[in-house]
Amino acid sequence: MSTTTTLAPVLSMTGVSKRFGAVQALKDIDFEVAAGEVVALVGDNGAGKSTLVKTIAGVYAPDGGNVVFDGSPVSITSPSEAQALGIATVFQDLALCDNLDVVGNLFLGNERKHGGALDEVTMEQESWRLLRELSAKIPSVRIPVASLSGGQRQTVAIARSLLGDPKVVMLDEPTAALGVAQTAEVLNLVERLRDKGLGVILISHNMSDVMAVADRVAVLRLGRNNGVFRVADTSSTEIIAAITGATTNAVTARAARRAPQEEQS
Amino acid sequence: MSTSQTPTDPTAVPAGPVVPADLQDERLIAAQGLRGWAGATWERVKSGDLGSLPVVVGLVIIWGVFYALNPAFISSRNLVNLSLQMVPTGVLALGVVLVLLLGQIDLSIGSMYGLSGAVLVVLFVNQGAPIAVAVLLALAAGAVVGLVYGLLFNRFGVPSFVITLAGLLAILGLQLRVLGTDGTVNLPFESAIVQFASQMYLPAWLSYVLAVAVPVVYLASRLRTDRRRVAAGLSATPVTMVAVRAAVMGVLLVVVVAVLNDDRGLSTMVVLFLALVVVMDLAIRRTTWGRSVLAIGGNVEAARRAGIDVKRTFLSVFVLCSTFAALGGILGAARLASANQSSGGADTNLNAIAAAVIGGTSLFGGRGSAYSALLGILVIYSISNGLALLSVSADIRYIVTGAVLLLAVVIDSLSRRSRAAHGRA
Ligand SMILES: Nc1ncnc2c1ncn2[C@@H]1O[C@H](COP(=O)(O)OP(=O)(O)OP(=O)(O)O)[C@@H](O)[C@H]1O
Ligand SMILES: [Mg+2]
Repeated sequence: MSTTTTLAPVLSMTGVSKRFGAVQALKDIDFEVAAGEVVALVGDNGAGKSTLVKTIAGVYAPDGGNVVFDGSPVSITSPSEAQALGIATVFQDLALCDNLDVVGNLFLGNERKHGGALDEVTMEQESWRLLRELSAKIPSVRIPVASLSGGQRQTVAIARSLLGDPKVVMLDEPTAALGVAQTAEVLNLVERLRDKGLGVILISHNMSDVMAVADRVAVLRLGRNNGVFRVADTSSTEIIAAITGATTNAVTARAARRAPQEEQS
Repeated sequence: MSTSQTPTDPTAVPAGPVVPADLQDERLIAAQGLRGWAGATWERVKSGDLGSLPVVVGLVIIWGVFYALNPAFISSRNLVNLSLQMVPTGVLALGVVLVLLLGQIDLSIGSMYGLSGAVLVVLFVNQGAPIAVAVLLALAAGAVVGLVYGLLFNRFGVPSFVITLAGLLAILGLQLRVLGTDGTVNLPFESAIVQFASQMYLPAWLSYVLAVAVPVVYLASRLRTDRRRVAAGLSATPVTMVAVRAAVMGVLLVVVVAVLNDDRGLSTMVVLFLALVVVMDLAIRRTTWGRSVLAIGGNVEAARRAGIDVKRTFLSVFVLCSTFAALGGILGAARLASANQSSGGADTNLNAIAAAVIGGTSLFGGRGSAYSALLGILVIYSISNGLALLSVSADIRYIVTGAVLLLAVVIDSLSRRSRAAHGRA
């Protein structure tokens, strides 16, 4: 089990805590991602993954802890500050405006202009380019996103994070609603981002996706760090044990139950 | 243009995809030519994306009924009166559209209307200030009130409903205080502001030039956009379609102007109102600010996470709304050449809010247009003007206006439900 990276971290945080009333959602979290690295953030439901992502994205202000971005200490107090630093986020709840069309949502807060007015033509053209890149199956970019399917909405949210020139991209369960081809495209995209030298933080409950693209896996359990694993030197069993907090757990029990049955048949 | 799936001009799309980028999905039901457009529009209406259709239909019915009951309703003289009557409250409605787009409300616009009228007359008549100073200070009063609302809203997160309800009372008190013991102050009839609001009309030739220039500018800008779209490999509206729309617009405007010119003509105050509507429409649809307003009205948390300065947008809209209310008060005082303790009282507030909703701006935020202020105020003042012509008393007028408002809100809710069912939110 190795916890150090060879590359210089683009984002690193130490001792970050966040509390919601009586719930200690994050407690003394240490976390880092290097340029050109994919870190998977895993943990059970309610482990605090989304809270950590939102803290980095400036949606929640942490109660304590230090954040260093690109070598200098920062305090991210608003989403626009996070964006200005170069942190792009796909939120688990997508955060789209249902009344705006796909183009409006893609470029929200980031509009292209042409002679003082919104440049709808360029924005629409770029929207198509981005969506094609993700093999998106969206019939029209001029319909309100409310009329899109769950996966189409997710694709829009992912495409949005690719605009601008981010240094770190955070994807909170980006493939939860996606079809087989679109999931593969998103995993390809994650690899492309890494090859371009971006730091990628990927949250996923799908172990095979995680093992396929991540360089390291950081495990959260009940709001605390519960180990960092290098994918090359670990197995999904070991990670699942860290997620559930026991070597014998529901997952291993289920596997053990199935094994004898399969031998019989 | 029935075979426009493939652009015929090969130079327009150099080596790009043959089918415009936005028409490549095979599930898209292609809508081409006039028939296709009509079909697509009908589909939109059926799915509850009504836009300004109900209010236009309503307006036609209302005018038809009043014309049948008393042909004088559609006389040039009465229509010029109608155009003048609607402006002060129409300006208020324009501000209401903005706050409604954010999903908020301002209940104090009536009081603001009264206060700014009072500030204007007291400064100009009692204090002898130059008219420009009086107007600017009255507008500034509106801006300050909006600023206070915005700061309170952003700082404490109190619902705008409550903040502006408190404002309604406090501003009413201020209005009475500013007017003091005088009660009513009259503006001299020769003063520039009274002349502007009730005596100045565009020369006939200029009004015709405007009526023709508007569709020409529309046509030119649409054609320019469509050229850029084709160059970018996107589909463009068929030229005939755009031309037909511009022609219809031109004919309508020329007819309206001709009817008005048969009497006194197009008032400068009306031109100011129409210009404000057009400017606000462009601001809402074509600027980053307008996009932020719509986004916040749709999903405030998503807007915040997109990096939009939500607080500044709220502030700007509250300031604009109150300033429009102040402008309405100035125009109202100028039109009647007086301001008194009951200016902006009674139904001013409700008429302005009702106008925005009747015109098609949703109470639920994120959906509506500046034109709904114009259309809605036309409906409300057509009703009150028509009933007055029939010598119907105020009691019936209130009941009818209330019924129309109720109908508009029901249509808004129904179309919202239908949009949800048809996936147009
Ligand atoms: N806005 C909030 N207010 C109060 N409590 C919150 C809030 N957001 C999260 N929590 C609490 O913080 C804890 C962590 O939640 P979080 O959303 O980070 O979990 P997660 O790891 O993303 O889970 P999942 O896999 O289900 O997405 C939960 O116990 C949750 O109830
Ligand atoms: Mg989560």
